[in-house]
Amino acid sequence: MRIEGKGRIDRSKVVHFTFDGRKYKGFKGDTVASALLANGVKLMGRSFKYHRPRGVLTAGSEEPNALVEVVGARNQTPNVRATMQEIFEGLNVRSQNRWPSLRFDLLSVNDLLSPFLSAGFYYKTFMWPRSLWERLYEPVIRRAAGLGSLSGTHDEGHYEKAYAFCDLLVVGAGPAGLMAALVAARAGADVILCEEDRLLGGRLLSADSNIDGKPAGAWLASVEAELRALSNVRVMTRTSVTGAYDGGVYSALERVGLHRGPRPDLPRECFWRITAAQVVLAAGALERPIAFPMNDRPGIMLASAAQTYLEKFGVVAGRRVVLFANNDGARAVARQLMAAGVSVAAILDSRLDASAVEDCPVYLGAEVTDTKGRLALREISGRHAGGAFQIDCDLLLVSGGWNPMVHLTCHMNGRPRWEASIAAFVPMADAVPNLRAAGACNGAFSTLECLAEGAQSAQSALQALGRAGGVTQVPRAEGLPYAITPLWAVEGKGRAWLDFANDVTTKDVKLSAQEGFASVEHMKRYTTQGMAPDQGKNSNIGALAVLADATGRAIPETGTTTYRPPFVPTSIAAMGAGGRGAGFAPQRFMTSDQASRDRGAPMIEAGLWYRPSYFPKPGETTWREACDREIAYVRHAVGVCDVSTLGKIDIQGKDAGRFLDLVYTNPFSTLPVGRVRYGLMLRDDGYVMDDGTSARLADDRYLMTTTTAAAGLVMRHLDFVHQAHCADWDVRFISVTEAWAQFAVAGPKARALINSLLDQPLGDFPFMAVGDVPLGSVSARLFRISFSGEEGYEIAVPTRYGEALFRDLVARAETMGGGPYGMEALNVLRIEKGFITHAEIHGRVTAFDIGAEKMVSGKKDCIGKRAAMRPGMLGPEREQMVGLKPLSEALITSGAHLFEPAADLTRVNSQGYTTSVGYSPMFGRYLALGFLVNGRARLGETVRLVDRLRGIDVPCEVCDPVFFDKAGEKLRA
Amino acid sequence: MRYSGLKVITQGLFGNKGWGAAWRSPEPKAEYDAVIIGGGGHGLSTAYYLAKNHGLTNIAVLEKGYIGSGNIGRNTTIVRANYYMPGNSEFYSHSLKLWEGLEAELNYNVMHSQRGQLVLCHSDGQRDTLARRGNAMLNQGDDAELWSRERVREEVPYLDFEQTRFPIYGGLMHWRGGTARHDAVAWGYARGADQRGVDLIQNCEVTGIDIENGVVKGVQTTRGPIRAKKVAMIAAGRSSQVAAMAGMRLPVESHVLQAFVTEGLKPIIDHVISFGMGHFYISQSDKGGLVFGGDIDFYASYAARGNLPMVEHVMEAGMTLMPMIGRAKVLRSWGGIMDMTPDGSPIIDKTHVEGLFVDAGWNYGGFKAVPASGWCMAHLMATGESHEVARRFRLDRFRTGHVMDEEGTGSQHNLH
Amino acid sequence: MKIPCPLCGARDRREFYYMGTDDYLLRPSDNATEAELDNHLFLRDNPAGKTQDLWYHETGCGSWMVVSRNTITHEVYGAELVMERKKEAR
Repeated sequence: MRIEGKGRIDRSKVVHFTFDGRKYKGFKGDTVASALLANGVKLMGRSFKYHRPRGVLTAGSEEPNALVEVVGARNQTPNVRATMQEIFEGLNVRSQNRWPSLRFDLLSVNDLLSPFLSAGFYYKTFMWPRSLWERLYEPVIRRAAGLGSLSGTHDEGHYEKAYAFCDLLVVGAGPAGLMAALVAARAGADVILCEEDRLLGGRLLSADSNIDGKPAGAWLASVEAELRALSNVRVMTRTSVTGAYDGGVYSALERVGLHRGPRPDLPRECFWRITAAQVVLAAGALERPIAFPMNDRPGIMLASAAQTYLEKFGVVAGRRVVLFANNDGARAVARQLMAAGVSVAAILDSRLDASAVEDCPVYLGAEVTDTKGRLALREISGRHAGGAFQIDCDLLLVSGGWNPMVHLTCHMNGRPRWEASIAAFVPMADAVPNLRAAGACNGAFSTLECLAEGAQSAQSALQALGRAGGVTQVPRAEGLPYAITPLWAVEGKGRAWLDFANDVTTKDVKLSAQEGFASVEHMKRYTTQGMAPDQGKNSNIGALAVLADATGRAIPETGTTTYRPPFVPTSIAAMGAGGRGAGFAPQRFMTSDQASRDRGAPMIEAGLWYRPSYFPKPGETTWREACDREIAYVRHAVGVCDVSTLGKIDIQGKDAGRFLDLVYTNPFSTLPVGRVRYGLMLRDDGYVMDDGTSARLADDRYLMTTTTAAAGLVMRHLDFVHQAHCADWDVRFISVTEAWAQFAVAGPKARALINSLLDQPLGDFPFMAVGDVPLGSVSARLFRISFSGEEGYEIAVPTRYGEALFRDLVARAETMGGGPYGMEALNVLRIEKGFITHAEIHGRVTAFDIGAEKMVSGKKDCIGKRAAMRPGMLGPEREQMVGLKPLSEALITSGAHLFEPAADLTRVNSQGYTTSVGYSPMFGRYLALGFLVNGRARLGETVRLVDRLRGIDVPCEVCDPVFFDKAGEKLRA
Repeated sequence: MRYSGLKVITQGLFGNKGWGAAWRSPEPKAEYDAVIIGGGGHGLSTAYYLAKNHGLTNIAVLEKGYIGSGNIGRNTTIVRANYYMPGNSEFYSHSLKLWEGLEAELNYNVMHSQRGQLVLCHSDGQRDTLARRGNAMLNQGDDAELWSRERVREEVPYLDFEQTRFPIYGGLMHWRGGTARHDAVAWGYARGADQRGVDLIQNCEVTGIDIENGVVKGVQTTRGPIRAKKVAMIAAGRSSQVAAMAGMRLPVESHVLQAFVTEGLKPIIDHVISFGMGHFYISQSDKGGLVFGGDIDFYASYAARGNLPMVEHVMEAGMTLMPMIGRAKVLRSWGGIMDMTPDGSPIIDKTHVEGLFVDAGWNYGGFKAVPASGWCMAHLMATGESHEVARRFRLDRFRTGHVMDEEGTGSQHNLH
Repeated sequence: MKIPCPLCGARDRREFYYMGTDDYLLRPSDNATEAELDNHLFLRDNPAGKTQDLWYHETGCGSWMVVSRNTITHEVYGAELVMERKKEAR
C-alpha cells in the first residue's frame, strides 16, 4: 500500500518489472522489495532448511529472507537481496529454492519433519549402508540444500577493479559519516565518502527528526550539496566497504550498473582497493529481532524496516499494525505510521516500566507468544499481566534493540566489547590502526551523539594527518537517551527463529548446549547459526544470548564469533575482474610471433611466452610429419629457431668472473674473452637450479643465459647472492632478455647461412666462440653453441630488428633446403643429444643425478656446494639420468615408471620414471630421457617402461643419455 | 549413546530431550600415561587410536581453545591420496583407506564424499608430470585416470575451453578423492576418544614442558601442572612455540592460507577441481556453498587472516578457469596458519627428549592426513617405532638431505 | 599491506617477493657442519611476534631488504637494505 506524499521515489516515472512471471509496476527509486510490498506481495522467499514461506524482514543488505534471482539475457544472478535490487524497466526477478512454485513448495514437507531435523541431525544418521552416501543421501541433500542457482554458462558481464587513495575514508553517510566528511572536507583533506545506499542520509532518511530546528532533510540536502561541490571529496553511493586489510587498505564494492538495464558502457560492479591514511567508521547499527514463537511469517518485519519503507518508499506493508518492542526508540515508528494514517492495533512493550502515551492500546510487560497465517500474517497471540490475548493484524513490527555494526573493526582480528547499557557489542578502540568508530556503530544512537562523534572523529583524524582546521559547529538535534531492557527470546510452544535464513531456532541452540557444543564457535558450527547469507547480522547476538542462558554464563563470558570479510557478499566476478580469459596472466610475444603465425604455426604457452609448436606445410596431416621434416632440416641442411625467450643477464665489473664462480658450480673467471662456457647453477640447498651458457664479452663483462623457465628466478637469485654475500665486490648486472632477439641457426649448412648474411665470411670461429658481427649497419652478437648436436650458431640483434632478421634467416634457410623449426622438433633434437631442460632438472635433481658432479669444482666454493655434499644427495640409491631406447618401435610416454622386467608393478618396485620422450627419425623409434636408480651402472640392462594410465608396457634398453655423437664431433665440425 | 537414523526419529518424537553431551568435560587429573598438546584433528585422532589400537586410555588431550579450533575447522575439506614421492604415497594411501571406513569406525557421519578430484593440466610438460603422479598412484594401489581435453570437456563442460589464458590439455581424475565435513571429523574423533576414556580438556593452554635429564616428565598448563610419561606436541599453527618449550627449533615457518565460501547455490560443481596454473581449487559443499582456496599469502604470519593480493589472485584464477561462477557471491573469507616445512612434507617423529614426540609440519595438506597421522603417531608413541607408512617423516631428513620435495621448489619454506 | 622500501618508499606488497627470515644471510662456508647448514637452510625460530625477514623489491628497484615486522599484527616497523646491513657487519 502506497502512502501519498511520502517517500523519496519519483512518482512521475513508472517502472515495469516481473516477479515470478507476473508483471508489476513500481516507481523509479523503488527496490524489488518496496515495489512488491506496495503491490501487496508479502511472500518473497523460502527458507533454507524447512522451506518455510518468508517475506522481507529488513530494508537493507542484511536481508535474510527475500533473496531472489535476477534473470538476465545470458546469465542469472542468484541470491540477490530484494531489499537492495533497485527496479528498472524490464527487470526480471524470480523466487528461488522452491519447487514447483513459491506459494506451493513440495519441500515444505521438511517443515513437518522438523522434529527429526534438529541441529546436527545429519551427523547421527545417513551412515548405513556406506555406499548409499554418494549415491542417494548426498545427492538428495544437495538438491534440497542451496538457495539460488547459477546458470552454468560463462558470466558474460563486464566488471572492473580500481584503486583509490585518500586522507580520510568515511564509511557510511548517516549523520555521523556526513558530519565527519564535512569537517574533514572543510579542512581541505582528501575525503572519500562511501555509502551503501543510493541516497546519502542513513537513518535520517527514515527517522522523523529535526536538525538545527528544521526537518533533517533540509540539513541533509545542504550538506550533500556542499560535499558534492568540493573537489577534494569523492562521494561514492551504492558502495559497500567490504573489508579492512593491512596498511590502511580497504576493499569496497560499487554497484555501478546493477540498478539499470544492461548497458555496454557500464560495468555491473567495480571492486575498489582504497588506501586511506585515516578512516572514520560510521556504518550505523542494525535493529535486531526477538525470538518469539512462530516469528518468521511473511508480514513480520523489523520496526526500522517498516519505518524505512514508509519514509523512503511511501509504502506500508499492512493495514493493521502491531508493534512489539523492548526499547523506546521503536515507539517513533508507531507514531510515524499513525501520523501517516495507518491503523496501529497495539503496541506490546516487554518492559513494565515503559511509557504508554501513544494514541493506541499499549500493553506493558507484554510478549508475543504465537502467530498465525501460513503465507501471510493474520493474527498474533500475546500475554501480559492481564492474561492472554489475540489481535488480528497483518503487519507485526519487531524491535529487540540495536546492534552497532562493528564488523570492519573485527577484520583484523579485533574483538568487540560488550556494553551492558545498550545490551550490545561495541568496537574496541584501535582494533584497526587509524580507524575510529563514530555514531551508532560506536553505540551512540541519538542523532545529536552521532553528529558530535562524527565531528570529533574527523577532528582526531585531521590531527593525526597533521592538518589544521576542522572546527565545525555541531548542529542541534535530538539527544534522547536510549532505553532498553534486553529481551532475547520468548518462551512458548512453537519454534522461535534466531537465524531466519538457515532455520536455526532457540531449540537448536539449546540442543547444541545440551550436547556439549557450548562454546560459541561450537554452537555456530553445530547449528549453522550465522553461516547463512546474512552471516548472522540478524541472529548472532540473539543466539549468543540464548546460548549464554542455556549454559548459565553471562554474554561477555560466552564471547562472540568473529566477523570476517567481506562485509556484504561480493561476487567472484567483481573481485576477479580482469582475470577472465587471457587477462589472468601477462602474455609475452617474441619478435617472430607474427611471422610464425603467418606460417600457420600453432603457438603454445612456454611460461608467459608463446612459442611455435611446429610449422605445418600443405599436404601434412599430422604434427609429427611437420616435426620430422623440421628435424631433418637441422640434421641435414639448416634450421632456424627463435630462442629469444631464454633469459639474458649482462654482468659487468672487475669482479664479474669471481661472481660467476660463486654462483656457478664450475669456474668462469678462467674463461677467455670471446669464449662461451656451459654452466650449472645450484640452489642454496644443493639441488640444481638452472643451467645455461655464459659468454665472456670482455675482461670485465659476461653475458649469462638462463633457461626460459628460470629467468626470473635466476635474476632474483643473483641479486640476493650479490647483495647478501658479496655486496662489496665490483659487479653489477641487469636483465637484457627483452633487449635482444636471438635465433638458433643449426645444421650442416648453418655456417653457410650465417656467411650469406655477412659481408666477410666467418674466419676462425670455433665451437663455443662468441663475437660481434656486422649485419649491415647493425652490430649483431654471434655465439657458436648448439642445443641439437649439429654445428650451431645463435645470432642476437637488438629486439627491434628481430622480426626482420627472423624472416630473412628463414627465407635464406629455405633456399638451402632448410627452414624454421618449432618446439616439437627442438625437443626431439635435444633428447637425441641428451641435453636437459627443466623436465629433467625439476627441482629434486642433483648434479650427481645428471652425471655432472665433475662440474662441481673442487677448487672453489659455490652456492649450494656444501648442501650438495649431504649424505642423502649422493649415492647409488639415487635415481640417475639415463637414456632409454625401446626394444621395439612401440609408443612410449613421458611420466611412465621403470621396473625390472619380472617385477610386480608396485610402488616399492618402481625404479624410476621418464621425463622426456620424442620420436627420433634418426633411430626410427621413440627415445626417452629418464631417471633410474643407480642408472649409470646399469647401461645395457633392459627395464620395463610402464605407463598404466595409458596402457603402455615396453621393454627398453638403458643407454647413455647422449644417444649419438658422444664425442661431439659434429658440433665442433 | 550410539547414533542411528532410528535414534534420530525416536529422539525427535520426544522433543530431542534425550541427547547427551557428545563428550565429557572433565577436570584434568594430576597425572596421565600420555598427554597430547593440541585438540585439533591430528591430536584427537592420535588420542583415539592410542585408545583404540593400543589400549592406552589414561590420556588427556589439552586444548588451549575449544576442540577443533585450529585448521581442522578452517580448511577447504579436500581428501585425496594423489602423491608420488615414496614416503608420502603410502602414507596418504593409508589415510584414504581409513577415511573410507570412518563413519562406521566413529559412528559419526563425517560426510566423506568420494566425488572425485580432478587436477587439470595446461601444457605437455604438466601432463607428463601428472602422468608420472597418476602412475605412482596406480602403483601404490590407488586410483587414477588420465583424462584428455575432450573427456574433461564432457564431464566438466562449464570450464572455459576457448578463452582461458592457459588452455586445458586434460586432467588427472582421482575418483576416490573428494571432501568431508571438516568439523565433524574433529567431533567424531573427540567423541570416539572420549567414549574410550580419553580426557578432553578444553581451555587449557600448555605453558611449559617439564624435562629432567633428557626425559619428559609432564607439562605446565594454565590449569596447573600435569605429570605424564609421554608427551606429544601436535599443535599445528603453534608448533614452533610448543617445541621451543622443549628447547627445539623446528624446520617450520608459519604462513597464512586463505579460503573462501560463497552463498548457497543449487548443485553446480560435482567434483573437486584443481587448476594447474596458479593455485585454485574448488568444490561445492553439501549445503551449496562453493568452497575454494589458493596459495598461501607468502609472508610468515600467525594472523589467521590474509590480504587482498592473494584474494584477488584466487578470484581471477576462478574467472579464467570457470567464468560461470562469476555471479556467485563470496560470503566469507578466513585464514588458517600453516606449518610450512622446507620440503612440503610433514614430521611424525621422536625428539631428542625421551618420551617427547612431535607431529607437525603439515603444510596445507593436514586435513586429509588426520586419520593416518593419528594412526601413525599413536603407533610411534605406543611402540617407540615409526609406523611403516610414516617412517620417512623424520626430523633429521633435512640435515641429511633425504627430503621429500613433492613440488620440487627447494628448501624455502613458503614455496611448497 | 605496504613494505617501506628504503629506496622507493612505501610500496604495495604486490611489488615484492618474500623469501623468509634473515637466517639466510648467514651463509655457512663450504666446510660448514651439518648443524650450521641446518640452521641456515631449514630450522627456524618462527616467532609469533616481532621478526626480521627478507623481501625483494622485484618489480621495483631490485633491492633485497630486511623488514622488521610483527607476524601476529602484520605491523611493519621498518626496513633496511641487505647491502647496508652487510656493510655494518663488516
